[in-house]
Amino acid sequence: MKQLLYLLTILAAGLMLCACGGPSQESGAASANASASMSGGIASVEDDASKRNIVQVAVSSPDHTTLVAAVKAAGLVDALSNPGPFTVFAPTNAAFDKLPAGTVESLLKPENKTTLTDILEYHTYVGVIRTDQMRDGQRLNQVNLKNITISVQDGKVKVNGKANILASVPASNGIVHVIDEVLLPE
Amino acid sequence: MKKFLWFAAGFALIVAALWQCKTKGAAGASSADAAQKVYVAPGTYDEFYNFVSGGFNGQVSVYGLPSGRLLKIIPVFSVFPENGYGYSEETKAMLMTSHGFVPWDDEHHIAMSLTNGEQDGRWMFANANNTPRVARIDLGTFRTVEIMEIPNSGGNHSSPFITENSEYIVAGTRFSVPLDNQLDVPIETYKENFRGTVSFIGIDPKTGHMNLGFQVLLPGINLDLSRSGKGPSHDWFFFSCYNSERANTLLEVNASQNDKDFIVAINWKKAEEYARAGKGKVKKVRYAHNIYDEKKHMATTKWEDEVIMLDPKELKDFVYFIPCPKSPHGCDVDPTGEYIVGSGKLAAVIPVFSFTKMQKAIAERNFEGEYDGIPVLKYDAVLHGEVKKPGLGPLHTEFDANGNAYTSFFVSSEIVKWSLKTLEVLDRVPTYYSIGHLCVPGGDTRKPHGKYVIAYNKITKDRYLPTGPELAQSAQLYDISGDKMKLLLDFPTIGEPHYANAVPASLIKDKSVKIYPIEENQHPYVAKGEHEAKVVREGNKVHVYMTAIRSHLTPDNIEGVKVGDEVYFHVTNLEQDWDIPHGFAIKGANTAEILIMPGETQTLMFKPDRVGIFPFYCTDFCSALHQEMQGYLRVSAPGSNVPLKYGTGSPQPPQ
Repeated sequence: MKQLLYLLTILAAGLMLCACGGPSQESGAASANASASMSGGIASVEDDASKRNIVQVAVSSPDHTTLVAAVKAAGLVDALSNPGPFTVFAPTNAAFDKLPAGTVESLLKPENKTTLTDILEYHTYVGVIRTDQMRDGQRLNQVNLKNITISVQDGKVKVNGKANILASVPASNGIVHVIDEVLLPE
Repeated sequence: MKKFLWFAAGFALIVAALWQCKTKGAAGASSADAAQKVYVAPGTYDEFYNFVSGGFNGQVSVYGLPSGRLLKIIPVFSVFPENGYGYSEETKAMLMTSHGFVPWDDEHHIAMSLTNGEQDGRWMFANANNTPRVARIDLGTFRTVEIMEIPNSGGNHSSPFITENSEYIVAGTRFSVPLDNQLDVPIETYKENFRGTVSFIGIDPKTGHMNLGFQVLLPGINLDLSRSGKGPSHDWFFFSCYNSERANTLLEVNASQNDKDFIVAINWKKAEEYARAGKGKVKKVRYAHNIYDEKKHMATTKWEDEVIMLDPKELKDFVYFIPCPKSPHGCDVDPTGEYIVGSGKLAAVIPVFSFTKMQKAIAERNFEGEYDGIPVLKYDAVLHGEVKKPGLGPLHTEFDANGNAYTSFFVSSEIVKWSLKTLEVLDRVPTYYSIGHLCVPGGDTRKPHGKYVIAYNKITKDRYLPTGPELAQSAQLYDISGDKMKLLLDFPTIGEPHYANAVPASLIKDKSVKIYPIEENQHPYVAKGEHEAKVVREGNKVHVYMTAIRSHLTPDNIEGVKVGDEVYFHVTNLEQDWDIPHGFAIKGANTAEILIMPGETQTLMFKPDRVGIFPFYCTDFCSALHQEMQGYLRVSAPGSNVPLKYGTGSPQPPQ
């Protein structure tokens, strides 16, 4: 009887290891890029009560599926779910469609992650800037350390002289300005 | 029976399997390997003390590492009802300032006293961010023994970082403000009237007593963090600053306009020479200097009224600005003293500056210009190199003894290990979530002990059982003994942890005070034995010289007190036995409840508001007859002729 119980204990231990993929999960957490994985990071917190964060706002918009795919591919999901606060200029799918054919597909490839990350960071400012706080000629130094320039004419805001702000959506950790152009760092 | 065993075993198997799935894979710490590394068997000691600042609770808490067990909360800038700190008559003066009694603050950074650039386990210094103060904690008693207010300051953030032989701790202003002698100015005159200052507070090498050596006047920038030099850079102190735009509103936008702010390099040796040579201007100020006398068991406030001010516009060649990208936060010096690491919190780059190159640039006057009359060195002339794309939102850097740096990243929520030599990223681990400071044992000194890096996280969300809207903040312990960092343990913290020090237990544990020798007690109201217990009336003040010993208070019956009296219970703990404190509380006291350590005297002031019998007792379970350790105070009407009478056992005759 005792032996049987002993065996069972070993079995239980084995099952525990198998059930969740075993110790590999731990080393995965230790070595993977923090922002490369959605699992375990702040984006995976279950929370139905809080206001939506920037990532959740983007995910809920049917016009931003390309942007969401890009944010995932760049491993920025956790970072943009962080307390921030962020101002994210969010190009619509139509804005991405204006890029030369094949550009988006190419950017989403793992080998182009650095370029993609740079572009997405160029759309992100640390701090909350509402459109009524934007001034003509204002420069904003984006996360990738490059500046964007705001112009305000007749009450209309443009980014880098080209992109129009179509809508602004407040999020729990910042604000999303929907734009009709992809901003490309020079 | 057999059936039951089978059933139980099967059930256990299923539960075990399910339980394993419930724990987060990312936690990692559930592995047996990690558990073993943090397991400190019952009755055995941790290897390190971890002193952790408490942020908005104004305290410092002490944990053992690697277990994460909470050992002690040390009240510093805030009152502590648990032991009466800031409430007892003896400790109130500790929290005195030129604004009056300020019993709370925001405590961000700590600095252990150093000898030859290494931790020496004598004192821990702490800063008050809000009402600018610095404090000294005695590591024999784990008590706050000195607090000094800082004049000409707003927001004492870049403090209390320390020089290699504890010559000075510093206090740099996060808020620039008008100096204390010209206060009422329009806020929009910020650029003309608001100034930053750095105070150098001298430390007496024997007693640890602080004195305000001198202040360095700076333009209205926001000083953020700082470190002293080491070895070859011993004579220098480095401060990060932001808001070189000198904005006074909506800093979220307006202080982020310039591509570069500064690291301010101050040659404190040269500044000291200027101060000693009488080159500074003596400014009239008023600030409180509170010292706790561990023989008298009492704090007193001394009012100070002068400070020497050194203006780098007039006294040349001791202050230089190094351009640093985007609102640098951390400003950390590596163990060799050669590298100064700036962390632009909005930058995706870590600039590393070279002390040798800085010296050369100064000698060659390789300046790109001046900022408010102070030379600005050329970025490229001082730069050792940049760590490119290390992560998002770099904040702070600590070091190990092998030439590696560990930088915390708030936005990308990770610790990144990189090489000081090659500036290449070697490893990264996620933190859960949003790390602020980090600490390697000795990682800010010339001699890092390595072994662990501890993350102090701002956000915990789902990491622990939920406790309503307000959640604990947390620490996470990582093993850094191998090439890859490994998460070992999560533990919640008291208050909001900012900077922390981890110190080998061997530097502190053997000199920990166990009792206060009663024969050395110089408290003016001490009763060194029950024969000295008495009650003395002085006008409407009634002084009770009370003793406490297992398991009675003397006197325990007191009559002749009247409404309108102020009754001072001076309680001396007669025990000379380790870990036998007594407590004292009396019904209706709106002043305090106190703890008294063996051999100590502490005082609770009680102003009875009504006629009646007021029970008092010992609040600290001291003995098998703790419940018997009690007494009564009779309070009579004003003008009553009840005589003063007191005693334990047989009441004494009236005085």
